[in-house]
Amino acid sequence: MPAMDLSPDERRIADGADGAAKAMAMRLVSETGRLLGAQRLLPIVSSHVDGCLYHGDSGTYFAERLASDGGQVAVPTTLNVGALDLLHPDRVKGDAHHREMSLRMMRAYEMLGCRPTWTCAPYQAGHRPAVGTDVAWGESNAVAFCNSVLGARTNRYGDFLDIACALVGRAPDYGLHRAENRRATVVVDASGLSPALRNADVFYPVLGTWLGAEIGAEIAAIDGLPPKQGEDRLKALGAAAASAGAVGLFHVVGSTPEAPTLTAATQAGPTRAIRLTPEMVRTARDRLSTARDGAIDCVALGSPHFSEAEFAALKRLASGRRFRVPLYVCTRRDLVEREDLSGLEAAGALIVADTCVVVTPILPAGAGTLMTNSGKFAHYGPANLGYDVVYGSLEDCVASAVEGRVVRDESVWR
Amino acid sequence: MAMMLDGEMLIAGHGAGTILRVDHPISFWGGVDPKTALISDPRHPRHGERLAGRVVAIAELRGSSSSSAVLLELIHAKIAPAAILLRDTDAILALGALVAREMGYGDLAMVKLPPDKFTLLTEGRRAHVEGSRVTLD
Repeated sequence: MPAMDLSPDERRIADGADGAAKAMAMRLVSETGRLLGAQRLLPIVSSHVDGCLYHGDSGTYFAERLASDGGQVAVPTTLNVGALDLLHPDRVKGDAHHREMSLRMMRAYEMLGCRPTWTCAPYQAGHRPAVGTDVAWGESNAVAFCNSVLGARTNRYGDFLDIACALVGRAPDYGLHRAENRRATVVVDASGLSPALRNADVFYPVLGTWLGAEIGAEIAAIDGLPPKQGEDRLKALGAAAASAGAVGLFHVVGSTPEAPTLTAATQAGPTRAIRLTPEMVRTARDRLSTARDGAIDCVALGSPHFSEAEFAALKRLASGRRFRVPLYVCTRRDLVEREDLSGLEAAGALIVADTCVVVTPILPAGAGTLMTNSGKFAHYGPANLGYDVVYGSLEDCVASAVEGRVVRDESVWR
Repeated sequence: MAMMLDGEMLIAGHGAGTILRVDHPISFWGGVDPKTALISDPRHPRHGERLAGRVVAIAELRGSSSSSAVLLELIHAKIAPAAILLRDTDAILALGALVAREMGYGDLAMVKLPPDKFTLLTEGRRAHVEGSRVTLD
């Protein structure tokens, strides 16, 4: 494969004119661009880095090398979750080595000039690039939201490449950065489902799970949903889709910026069509649970991280009740500092900031049953935690936490 | 009889070992234990096989963008494959090898072979990888 056409300025950076850290970053970005078949690099306006989650010592050494070589990000950059809850240090149960290396890694990314947001929902913490701008974001749900709901343009930039793009302010010109690659080629028609289901929050992670499993990396336009869907529903849809399959972009007609109409979403090009049936949706829902009923050991909410509106809903539902099993709520640190969570904590909620329960040891070790309203937690729970999972609505989760066993309202699915 | 297969060099390097074929799609993150180099996904047909020192022929990679971190960890711990042969370019896995080279942990040769040559990589046969060329003993 031929090398990419670097501009004279990019060539100088790769040769070390702006220091060793940017030189390494430029070599990584341009070599990856070559492998991806990109012809050139393009400038980006922001980055969201997922590489700050500890997977092993080498990742910490990589970040520390960039920091000790004087690296500084060239564009505003937020950080995804780390492996520690810095606000509640006792929440994570890792051994001393895990703690130390996780913390060193998080500090190194801060030294590189990244904002210590520690959240998988940076888009709800003020990081909102404009429609049509190019960015380099990592973490699958953040990528899906950035492309689909914000209309900014990114590919799935994984560990190492995310920070490399941030350091040089550039990304390979390929994939979803190009307008012609953002057009929907599959139309998913939801109009055959009951209005009650289409208006229920619990439907959206299930729709996402179906989308990820059945459509994957193709780009879908979902039609037939009530217009102007709220952000938390689209966030839940995207997170579930990007967990179940390689979904980087989807359009929701009447709700997302590149889909004011179906024709806009498809750029008037050819498509294939799929009509959703209640059976298809129920099958996708059932795939999210590995247990059906009986006792539960905990409830986990907040993947992606809980928002203001989700806390408001939870407080309403939890008012005057006590949880018999722990109810974990994962959220961003700025909300922990701003929200009054004392009532929830008194009821038995455990607030987790800066990280979440499926990426670092927080839940009691050993098998158990976890209930969640998150398609993403439901997807990763069995493999990452060894827990059985029950999927339900937020109302179901609160009722189940109060009872200590599965309580599910099935009416909306009939 | 020796056989020479020429492919596309994704990452420059050289290595030799016996071939481990991985035909079922695999994700390094969640599918390979970075501490032991064992295929750790119990649902994977090659569950329990160890990648260290083998010429690993991977037909299809799946998913996670943290797979590069797992490969870097294997190279850093000196339990990486001797070389990796792919049927399709995988930028995420290649990135792990690129970072290893930048960090001075060593080179891991990675070559893409067209499907008709990839099928000639039989399990257990000894292979040398040098640049873009794979030689089967």
